[in-house]
Amino acid sequence: MHIQADREACIGAGNCVLAAEDVFDQDDDAVVLVLEEEPSADQVGEVRNAVAQCPSGALKLVDD
Amino acid sequence: MSTSTDGAPPVPRHMQRDRFAPVPETQAARDEAGLIAIRTGFGTPARLVTRYADVREVLGDAERFTNTGLPRLPMPEDGIDPRAGNLLATDPPEHTRLRRLLTGEFTVKRIRRLEPRIVEIVDDHLDAMAAAGPPADLVSVFALPVPSLVICELLGVPYDDRAEFQGRAARQVDLSLPLEERGRVAAESRTYMGELVDRARTEPGDDMLGMLVREHGDDLARSELIGIASLLLIAGHETTANMLGLGTLALLRAPEQLALVRDEPGAVAPAIEELLRFLSVVHSGIPRTVRHDTTVGDVPVAAGEVLVLSLPAANRDPAAVEHPDDLDVTRTIAPHVAFGHGVHHCLGAPLARAEMAVAFPALFRRFPTLAPGIPFEEIEFRSATIVHGLRALPVTW
Repeated sequence: MHIQADREACIGAGNCVLAAEDVFDQDDDAVVLVLEEEPSADQVGEVRNAVAQCPSGALKLVDD
Repeated sequence: MSTSTDGAPPVPRHMQRDRFAPVPETQAARDEAGLIAIRTGFGTPARLVTRYADVREVLGDAERFTNTGLPRLPMPEDGIDPRAGNLLATDPPEHTRLRRLLTGEFTVKRIRRLEPRIVEIVDDHLDAMAAAGPPADLVSVFALPVPSLVICELLGVPYDDRAEFQGRAARQVDLSLPLEERGRVAAESRTYMGELVDRARTEPGDDMLGMLVREHGDDLARSELIGIASLLLIAGHETTANMLGLGTLALLRAPEQLALVRDEPGAVAPAIEELLRFLSVVHSGIPRTVRHDTTVGDVPVAAGEVLVLSLPAANRDPAAVEHPDDLDVTRTIAPHVAFGHGVHHCLGAPLARAEMAVAFPALFRRFPTLAPGIPFEEIEFRSATIVHGLRALPVTW
C-alpha cells in the first residue's frame, strides 16, 4: 500500500501529523509532507485514521 | 429552555441544548427522512443537517455549498468592509489565498514550540487560583483567561485590553441581543483592531500581526488585516475557553475518566478528541448556501436554500460512533466534526488541542479535590450563543 497526498488540496490542518507522526509532517506553510510513502504494516492503522480525519480529502491510501 | 427571557427572539433550534447534548428534537431529526425546516440566527428559513455523513458531505464540498450567501449584520458606516479578511465568509480561491498566509503559524511543530509558554500561563493562573483560595468561578479565573492570554501573545494584542475585547467578543456571539447592537459591537471591534493593525504597520513586532505586515504587507489590504486579526482573536478564546469550562464539568461528573486524564499522559490526546466530540461547542459554524440544485445524501436541495449543520448532532450520530451519548475518553479515536470539515476546518485546531492537553491535567493535578460548588442542576449553561459553554462554573477544593 502507498500514500497519495494532494499538496494542492491540503489545507494544513495538521490532523495527519497528530494521527501518524512517523508518517506525515508539514512544511513551513503547513502543507503535508509524506515521510513514509509505503507505510509499514504496524503504521497502516494510524494512516487510515489520518486519511479519515483529513478535512480536505487530500490523503489517500492506495492498494498496490 | 427554548426561548430566552424578556421577550427576546427564540433561540434558533440548532443552538438549543439539553446541557451538553443537542435537544432531543434535534437528535431525533437524524432519523427523519429529509432535512427539517428551521430558522437561522437571522430569523431566515433554513434546513437542518444532522447526520454525520451528510454534515461531512456539505462541509467537504465548497463548490456545491458556498459560505458567501448569508445576510449581513446591519453595520454602521465605518468604511471598513466587514467581510474583508473574514475567512469564514469566503470561498476558494479567495479563501485559499487568505488561509495559506496563516497556516504556517499553526503547524503542529510551531504549536509545540509554544508549549512551554502555555505551561507557564496555565501554572500562573493555577497559582493565582490557589492563592485566592476556594470557592472560585473556574470560567473567569481559568477557562477564559488562559486561552485569552495565549491568543493575545500569539497575535500581538495587549492583554491589558482584555476587559474590553472579551466583553465585545461575548456580545458578538450572543444572539439574544438585537442585531443592531451586535453590528455596533462588531464595528467597535474593527475600530480597536484597526488601531492595532496601524501600530503593527509602523512597528511590526514578533507576533502574528507583525509577521503578516512584514511578510504579506503588500498583498493584504488594511481591512483584510483587520478582518483576519478580529477573527483569530474571537475564535482563539471563545472556543477553547468554553471547551475548558464544559470539559472540566463533564470530567468532574466522570471521576474515573478524570483520573485517567490527570494521571496517564497517554490518555490525554484521545480524551481531548472525545471531549471535542461529546461537547461540540460550536453549534453549527457558518451556514452554507446551496449553489445549484443538488442532493445531500439522497435528499434534494434547491439552489439558494440555506443549510445549517448541527455539529453536535453529527458527532452523536450512532451511524458514526457507538454509544454516542456517553462520554468515554478511552474509546478508540472516532473522527468528529467538532472542528468542522473541508477547507474551513478550524485553523487553530493544533493550538486548541495543545492548550487543552496542558490545561486539563494541570488543573486536576493541582486541585485533586476539585468539585462543583453548586448542584449540577443549578449550573448555568449559555443559551443563544454561537459557541456553547457555561456562564460560570463555581468550584471548591
